[in-house]
Amino acid sequence: MSAILEAAGLTKTFGAVTAAANISVSIEEDTVVGLIGGNGAGKTTFLNLVTGYLKPTAGTVRFSGRDITGMAPRRITRLGICRSFQIPQVFDSLTTFENLLMGLGIVFMGRSAFVGSHLGDASPEEVAEEMLERFRLEEYRDEPASVLPEGVRKLLDIAMAMAVKPRILLLDEPTSGVSADEKFALMDLVLGAIRADKVTVLFVEHDMDIVRRYTQRILAFYDGKVIADGDSASVLADAEVRRLVVGEGGPEGAPC
Amino acid sequence: MNGFRRTGLGLAIALGGLAAAAPFLPQWALFLVVISLAKGLAALGLLLLMRTGLVSFGQGLYFATGAYAAGVAANSLGVGDAALMVLGGGAAAALVAALLGLLLARYRAIFFAMLSLAFSMILYGILVKSPALGSTDGFNVSPKTALGVSLSTGPGRYGIYSLAALGAFACALAVDRYLRSYLGRLAPAVRDNELRVEYMGASVRNVVHLNLIIAGALAGVGGAITALAVGHVDPEMAYWTTSGEFVFVAILSGTSSVAAPFAGALVLEALRSFAYEHAPNSWQLVMGAAMLAVILFLPDGLWSVFRRRRRTAT
Repeated sequence: MSAILEAAGLTKTFGAVTAAANISVSIEEDTVVGLIGGNGAGKTTFLNLVTGYLKPTAGTVRFSGRDITGMAPRRITRLGICRSFQIPQVFDSLTTFENLLMGLGIVFMGRSAFVGSHLGDASPEEVAEEMLERFRLEEYRDEPASVLPEGVRKLLDIAMAMAVKPRILLLDEPTSGVSADEKFALMDLVLGAIRADKVTVLFVEHDMDIVRRYTQRILAFYDGKVIADGDSASVLADAEVRRLVVGEGGPEGAPC
Repeated sequence: MNGFRRTGLGLAIALGGLAAAAPFLPQWALFLVVISLAKGLAALGLLLLMRTGLVSFGQGLYFATGAYAAGVAANSLGVGDAALMVLGGGAAAALVAALLGLLLARYRAIFFAMLSLAFSMILYGILVKSPALGSTDGFNVSPKTALGVSLSTGPGRYGIYSLAALGAFACALAVDRYLRSYLGRLAPAVRDNELRVEYMGASVRNVVHLNLIIAGALAGVGGAITALAVGHVDPEMAYWTTSGEFVFVAILSGTSSVAAPFAGALVLEALRSFAYEHAPNSWQLVMGAAMLAVILFLPDGLWSVFRRRRRTAT
């Protein structure tokens, strides 16, 4: 397996605050990786650095060996790194269908600029219909995004990130704002729809049951630093992770 | 029948109506229609900007640029045909919009509105201080032909009228086509959520810039038509009250159809003519009251009357 995404010595400071401190991470192609950490651990900052929304104070980001440090989000998107948002970023005045069509239309217009796309010979409209089906959004097809339930907005947000066929998808808390009994169904649906294309996934998550179930590997952040990186079981069993991230009493806490 | 064909048919019927009505209209009414179409073009450009989430209080800048460019083309460059002058006016305004857009496309909301106003007032200042362009008096513009037909003959009476009608028809059709394209549909997406547009691989600034250029070109064409119809250009065309009038028309019309700005401009011009005749000292009061009534009772503009009727009919 080869590394699709590599961060080396990634550092971001805001004045006296260090949001990311010397983060070095390498993500292999065709894997599902979880990113965990408490509030302010630097998870979203890491996503923002990788996707070009923030420029790092120091360090580099490489995508398939290519240096993408400091590129604008739209250029990074065209290369195949896409993201969803903790708070769904959709077009409120447009319908579900139009929201999807927007992304596919952009890809259609700039086919030469995008590295990958779902379009092939199909029209953006056809692919939008197909994606509605794949993400089970058909019943909301013609409703404006502003009136959709939060869980559906989450799903639409992720589907929109998939409109540009990504090679790696970064999901920022896909299950936040979704009720506990719907979380697994949502993740099954999302990962089923995404993994059919062998897209590499990195997702930020607070629910340890979700992380345990869906990831092969976990990165644990604390205070802008990587404190653990390895296969899911060992990271979740790590004493420091249990104390600082999972929030148990200490190293003597009973394993779950 | 798809939306584009339906709009095209509607516009073609309107064009046919204008042609059929022409022989029965007195000179003042022909002039009123031409001025309405010209202002409607500028308001159509504003409609594009409003869809992008921007309101410009400086479209007079492009209006005046188009008018002066048409005038300079006629007087200094020896262009005799009105159609070429209109094209030149539109091109000159588009060029100015492309240049100023480099800066304007970075701003939003009140900052955008104020900056566009500032630019238009700078042009006003330059025009007022330019003796070569007639300073505060401006200069006369007199085309010889319109689409090859001499304007001094009998049918020439309808030359500028025909040109305005055809120009407005072509622009409205082109804008409708644009609005239905993937590129055109990006404008409301930018208004809704710029972050997401960038994260879908498109450049927000380019989208805004493109809409600025199209809006500028439309205002330029409108300005050139006005210059030909009036036979004169002056710095007032760049003054903020001119820009304010375009905003007035855009709000009066609503953003639901490419035909709306023309209808709105016609209502405004007709209303002003009658108000001026019957209440010469308080016509602004009549205009203000009309505006208030539209905002209160038809918040989506005059065109929403048609929409409502259509909805109740089905």
